[in-house]
Amino acid sequence: MSTDLGLPRFAPRGVGHLRGERSFPAAARDALADSQLRRNLGHATSTIRAKRAAVVAERADWEELRAAGEAIKAATMARLDEHLERLEAEVTRRGGAVHWARDAEEANAIVTRLVAATGSREVVKVKSMATQEIGLNEALAAAGVDTQETDLAELIVQLGGDLPSHILVPAIHRNRAEIREIFLREMPGVDPALTDEPRRLAMAARSYLRERFLRAEVAISGANFGVAETGSLLVVESEGNGRMCLTLPRTLITVMGIEKVVPSWADLEVFLQLLPRSSTGERMNPYTSVWTGVTPGDGPAEVHLVLLDNGRTATLADDVGRAALHCIKCSACLNVCPVYERTGGHAYGSVYPGPIGAVLSPQLTGVEDNASLPFASSLCGACYEVCPVRIDIPSLLVRLRAQHVEARREASRVPSAEAVAMAAAAWTMADPRRFAAAEKASRLGRVFGRRSGQLTTLPPPLSAWTAGRDAPRPPAETFREWWARERG
Amino acid sequence: MKIALFVTCLSDALFPEVGKAVVRLLERLGHEVAFPAEQTCCGQMHVNTGYRREALGLVRHHVETFEPYDAIVAPSGSCVGSVRHQHADVARAGGDGALAARAEAVAARTYELSELLVDVLHVEDVGAYYPHRVTYHPTCHSLRMLHVGDRPLRLLRNVRGMTLLELPGADQCCGFGGTFAVKNADTSTAMLADKMSHVLSTGAEAVSAGDSSCLMHIGGGLSRLRTGTRTVHLAEILASVE
Repeated sequence: MSTDLGLPRFAPRGVGHLRGERSFPAAARDALADSQLRRNLGHATSTIRAKRAAVVAERADWEELRAAGEAIKAATMARLDEHLERLEAEVTRRGGAVHWARDAEEANAIVTRLVAATGSREVVKVKSMATQEIGLNEALAAAGVDTQETDLAELIVQLGGDLPSHILVPAIHRNRAEIREIFLREMPGVDPALTDEPRRLAMAARSYLRERFLRAEVAISGANFGVAETGSLLVVESEGNGRMCLTLPRTLITVMGIEKVVPSWADLEVFLQLLPRSSTGERMNPYTSVWTGVTPGDGPAEVHLVLLDNGRTATLADDVGRAALHCIKCSACLNVCPVYERTGGHAYGSVYPGPIGAVLSPQLTGVEDNASLPFASSLCGACYEVCPVRIDIPSLLVRLRAQHVEARREASRVPSAEAVAMAAAAWTMADPRRFAAAEKASRLGRVFGRRSGQLTTLPPPLSAWTAGRDAPRPPAETFREWWARERG
Repeated sequence: MKIALFVTCLSDALFPEVGKAVVRLLERLGHEVAFPAEQTCCGQMHVNTGYRREALGLVRHHVETFEPYDAIVAPSGSCVGSVRHQHADVARAGGDGALAARAEAVAARTYELSELLVDVLHVEDVGAYYPHRVTYHPTCHSLRMLHVGDRPLRLLRNVRGMTLLELPGADQCCGFGGTFAVKNADTSTAMLADKMSHVLSTGAEAVSAGDSSCLMHIGGGLSRLRTGTRTVHLAEILASVE
């Protein structure tokens, strides 16, 4: 028997999509070799980057908006418990039911139970990261419930038996020719003469989904924001399919990460300006749906809110790392990331890919369960520059790298080869005489092979460098030797 | 003005011409250059790879070495970035608040080469002559950590005889990233491939940058593919005369 001391726990293993089967470098290697994927991603990310840059440049107060977004999020996290209790009280007061889920398993169990209570065997879904995170579709399928994704890109992913590879554009790795093939193969009742013209693809999805909207009794959504002062929940989207789900069915179940709460409506003034410009590169998103408890005769008669922890409290416990929870899931950092642009989202193994995923996933699962992700960055800083809430992702990456190194140190009394090399380098470089001696020793390599030009092969681990790049040959004289000879 | 040269461990050991160029350039502009012989490495590689604890000794050594000087220059955006944005943090994480304060004071007097020339010495035309076709890669840490902006380009536009060619996708990383280049060699090389194709598209003889580490990476790729395009550090161009 174990005693629960109430310590925050990480997202559990064996459920949901926060961990990959392979390390990032291994998964990236395959992705990099996929020329279709490279083309699709390069085209899509450069298009969104340009759109974002144009609409951000319109705002003279963009930096002030970012600072405000950061400040609101930091202040909210500092009193998260109070805001969540307020949200619960207000949702309840207005006829909604609030459920608390410590982790993915609890959240899936709650939603499965709520759906079962309606007697319905099928649900329609609004695009949602939280439900992808916990693997809700799989949990419902195991309980005999058929879930239908209604966001166009999520529909493509679902029909393709695939996983999302981008926060905003889950099917960014697919082009229209591939989408046509998926629809022809998997969409019941599709017109066999379907072309890959975007309008025709959208029409096919629309007629397929309309039928599902009209007969659905239960909808499941996430939430972009939950406003504590009134208990209101918000979803922002582009297609209107979300609004169909949020208004037509009798029962609406929302799964929301606890970090999505904001104290007041005034806070949305900031976020609803930051989010669309950062995410789709639009001044305003086409659809913003808000619902507050139950309104008799208008929309769902039964409203549930499942508040999801799944490692968020554990993340909150780190006073610096918690900044990852400020994320409003705009995906601007993915679109500017040179790593993401080339590997795509699947290489990260988590539903949260790209730079923000590399700092969020390891904190939700514990860093050792996603140990390769903090290293999946050249620390170029493009992510920090565009983040609408100013999350210093490069610094968080470096912090997580240090946590991983410390965890490895504690786990094993035998240091890794890398740790030995790093310690040796630090020892050598802490003293100029030792450093100069090491420089001299490195020159011994000059006796081998050609005496000038570049080195084409080096021993491991530097062989990873020379696999694709030449290395400079140590010069005959270091700078410090030259200085001593000339000026010393 | 007396300026201490922080040559950086990489330039010291592998690219000594860069350090010599900084000395020639500053002396030509009438300044005195000191080379504190005790200097070694800023510890950036250790910090960025997760070895903060090992970096503490390097930070202390760096602070002690450069504390006596009023102005410190390094021909590297990323080493200056490390001094400015990491040293105090490393000291604090190691529980040495006094060292953190001293590190901040040294950082405030430490400049990347283009910052020193434009902001401190107030010179944009250094009187250089370099009769070649060159494109410039601005490097991530100079752009996004130090915010040097167009300072290097302002200096380069005044170089006589040189044709400065605009680099497409200039603000994109070359894929170096320290140990990233080895730990994620495939992704790093994919980034490098795109950087090289941009460089080659300009028709330049040489690609320049303010950082030997990025140039080592780009140059390693250009050499491997026998492109015939070479690398040249910003300091080497600015030090050249007729």
